Formats: sequence, structure tokens, C-alpha cells
Amino acid sequence: MTNITPHAQKMRLHFSRKLLAIPYGLFLALFVVIPLLIIVYYAFTDRSGNFTLENFADFFSGNGEGILGFFRSSTCRTIGRSLFIALTSTILCLLIAYPVAYIIARSKLKNKAAFLLLFIVPMWVNFVLRINALRELFIWIGTFNKSDNWNLVNTIIGMVYDFLPFMILPVYTTIIKIDKSYLEAARDLGATGAKTFLKVTLPLSKAGIMSGISMVFLPSMTNYVVSNWLTYNNTAIIGSFIEQAFRNTLWNQGSVTALILLLLMFLMTWLTGGFKEDTQAEARGTSLW
Amino acid sequence: MVKIGTCLKWFFIGLVVLFIYAPIVLLTVNSFNASDRIQIWDGFSLEHYKYFFDFDHEPLPIVLQTLALAAVVATLSTLLGTVGAIGIFYSKKKVAGALSGVNRIPVINAEVVTAISFALLVTALNVDKSTYIPLILGQMVLCTPFVVLSVIPKLKQMDNNLYEAALDLGATPTRALFSVIIPQILPGILSGFLLAVTLSLDDYVIAAYTSPDSFKTISMHIYGLTRGRHVEEIKASYWAFTAIIFLIIVVAVVTANVVSLKKSKKQTVKE
Repeated sequence: MTNITPHAQKMRLHFSRKLLAIPYGLFLALFVVIPLLIIVYYAFTDRSGNFTLENFADFFSGNGEGILGFFRSSTCRTIGRSLFIALTSTILCLLIAYPVAYIIARSKLKNKAAFLLLFIVPMWVNFVLRINALRELFIWIGTFNKSDNWNLVNTIIGMVYDFLPFMILPVYTTIIKIDKSYLEAARDLGATGAKTFLKVTLPLSKAGIMSGISMVFLPSMTNYVVSNWLTYNNTAIIGSFIEQAFRNTLWNQGSVTALILLLLMFLMTWLTGGFKEDTQAEARGTSLW
Repeated sequence: MVKIGTCLKWFFIGLVVLFIYAPIVLLTVNSFNASDRIQIWDGFSLEHYKYFFDFDHEPLPIVLQTLALAAVVATLSTLLGTVGAIGIFYSKKKVAGALSGVNRIPVINAEVVTAISFALLVTALNVDKSTYIPLILGQMVLCTPFVVLSVIPKLKQMDNNLYEAALDLGATPTRALFSVIIPQILPGILSGFLLAVTLSLDDYVIAAYTSPDSFKTISMHIYGLTRGRHVEEIKASYWAFTAIIFLIIVVAVVTANVVSLKKSKKQTVKE
């Protein structure tokens, strides 16, 4: 009998700590889930609120010439351009970030985290100020708004400049966590440096790469502030669609684009395993403090 | 051969550092330029700093109200996020899984989608933007998930026996929460708070859709600086602001590092 009381007490106490989830649960339901449902609602209804698939047809038919018309439409060009920008930026980020993270993680530096800060500090300067700084640099070297191709190049540089830390941090944290004895074992078994890297380090840092990709790809497809500000509004990306639609109160059309991006987000997350990993916060630098 | 490899490595790191810092350094140098065009060097001047620190000019009030907004949003997000993280941590697996799944949506989602969907809710509920409630709640949607994500790892590292011990020694659950759990997860709470501050300061999209018509953040102000009166002067005074921010950050980082170095030296001496 005496055992029951503390046990019951414990149950009650655990229950009370669980209750702390309620306010945040309500917050998430109200301000994250319901807004997304509103997007779905607007995407499937017309101006007077009746169900319709017209918005999707509009989006995909482009200039009203059926499926093939879509491929000639400006919508299709913008999507293609966004995908190209996002893909190139992500690959460039990875090509720059991985060696940086690897060199620092494997260096003989005493205070590696402090050295890593060098790459994080610019992130604490306001984002638009940073992009503005880059724009002034482009104006200075004379590539600003020179031609369509330069606009594309400048946008990609802007995305890489802005999102590079999000790739460096998660990759660094996974490389630094790799048990050194694996590397010794590989060497003892006769693997060359390159082979050890390909067979041990690279596979073991996959989680960091994936989380980095999920933090870079979607933002560089949608961050229209970067593309507008660096190209004098001359390079539209898919994020600009949403902005334009909502500025003209075309909520139903804007919602279609938003819904497509939302689905893309879930696809990306599923592909990169982002719902399981806790690395997104690391990408923003929480692990450094 | 090894030496060449090491040289190449650090050369590469140097190039990346150059890429990251070139724009900010360019602005810092030009904040002392008498001209408000980067291509022309008109000699050393503090004109842009004078312009910036003059309260009658737009930048300073906007900077102060952006900081105030960030302080409010970060404080509220940290409170909500910390309580939420503790709640999620002690919830049943299914509930915890669902909540942390939803928690991740604003983190990975495109910011413009988060902003638009929230703005649609504000319109649907017909909330008056001039109350600042949409702006604050909207930025909290962006910031709170990051607070949760920085607190939860600390909860996982925590020694749970201490909480039980506190209860056994007669502490009320509330007391045990404040004097046992909170101190142990404090580093996570602090980093969550700092993260929330930077996210709020950085945000353009959410503020653009939810703020009162009379209210502007730094991001909104600069983004809107395309034409109009005094645009060049205002822009140049923001170079001065960038330089100041950059200096503050560098000083803060260096001091933090020196302090932690001294601490670790003291510890090794003690040992």
C-alpha cells in the first residue's frame, strides 16, 4: 500500500509537466496548421468560394494554349529559372561548405568552434543590409544589372552568399562527431586517404549534407528579396509569383503557387529525412553557444 | 608535398572568408567616404555617421523600433518555446512526435509561404494590423520553433534524477521546475533567445505582410529604398549602421572568446 502513494504522486506530476505542451500546441494549431489549411482552401476555390480546379488549370496552362502552352509560358520559364538557381546555389554551397567544414574539423586548431564563428558572424548582420552590401559590390565591380545572364549569376552569388553558413554548420557538426577510431581502423586495414574519405567520412556526414540541402534549396528558390534586390526586379523567381499575386489580391492564384511550394517542401523534407533529424537548429548556429 | 597541400587548404579557406567579408568590408570603408556613391572616393568624412545619428532623419527611429520589436518577439517566443519544449519532452511519444513535426514546418517551409498563409489567417479573422498583434504573432511563428529546437537537446542531456530528488526532498513541482530544470536548460534557452532576436531582425517577408501601415522595420525600409527623396543619403547612412553593427559583433565575439579562453586556462591551472 505504501508503494502506491509515491507512484500516484509521480503520475500526477508527470501529467502536470505534460500539460505545459498545451499552450504551444494550441499556438501551432492556430497559427501554423490552420493557415496552411486556408491556403489549400483558397487554392481549390474561386473568388466567390465555390470549389474549382480552375486555378490549377490557369497556373499550368500558362497562356491558355493547353499543356504544351505551359512550356512556352512565362510561368514555366520562371519555374525553370527558379529550379536552376536553387540547384546551382545548392551545389555551389555544398562544394564550398564541405571543404571548409572538413578542413576546420580536421585541423589542428585549438579552438575550432571560435574559428568557425568567422563564417557565422556575417549572418548576424541584418539580411537585407548584407544583400545591400553585395549589391553595392556588384555596382562597384560593374556587373550589376548588366545583362540577363549577369542578373542570373548575381542572383546565384547572392543565394550562395546568404545561405552558405546554413550548409557549413550542419556539415561541420556531423564531421566533428565522427569517431576518430573509424578513420584509424580504415587506415590500419590499408585504405588510402581518399578511400577512407569516400568510404568512411562522406557516408557518415550524409545527415549534415542532407540537412544543409534542405536549408538551402527551398530558400534559394523562393527568396525573392535576394533576386529582386540584386537584379533591379529583373529576375523573377517562383517566390515573386506569390508576392505579385497577393499584392494584386489574387489570393486564389497566389495560394496555388504557395500550395505547390508547400508540397515541394514536404517532398524535400521527406527526401532529406528532415523530419527525423535535429540538425535544422544546428544549421542556424544553436550548437555554437 | 604535404606542405603544399596545407597551403592550398588555407588558401581556399582564405578565399571563402574573402567572399563572405568583401561586401561588408566594402561598406565599412565607404561609410567614411564623403561621397554617397561607392565608385567615387571623395575623401574621409563622418558625414554618413552624422546623418545616421540624427533623430530627425529616418534611419535611427526605424532601427530603434526594429530592435524593440525584436526584443518583444524574442522574449515572448522564448517563454512560449521553453514551456512548449518542456511540455513536448514529457509528452507521450505520439503527441511529442506530432508536435515536433508541426514545429518543424515553419523551420523548413519557404518563408514567403509561412508569411502568406499567416497573412491570410489575419485577413480571415479580420484582425486590425495597427494593433501590432499580427506582426508580433507572425514573427513568433517564425522564431518559436527555433527556440524549441535549441531547448530540447538540453532537456535530453539533463539529469532527470535531480528533478525526482528535488520532489523527494519536498519541493513542489513548480519549485522543482524553476530551481532544477530551468537552470540546467538555461544555455539552450539563451541560445534560443539570441536566435529569435536575429531571426526577427532579419525578417522581411512576414513583417511586410503583417505590420501596421505606419510601421517599418530596417529590412522593409532598405527594401523600399528604390526612388524618392534623400534615397542616396539614407542608403549611405545605412553603410555607417552596417559598420557599427559589424564592429559590435566582432567585439562581442572576441570578448566572449577571450573570456572563455581565460576560464579554460584557470580550470587547467586548478586541475
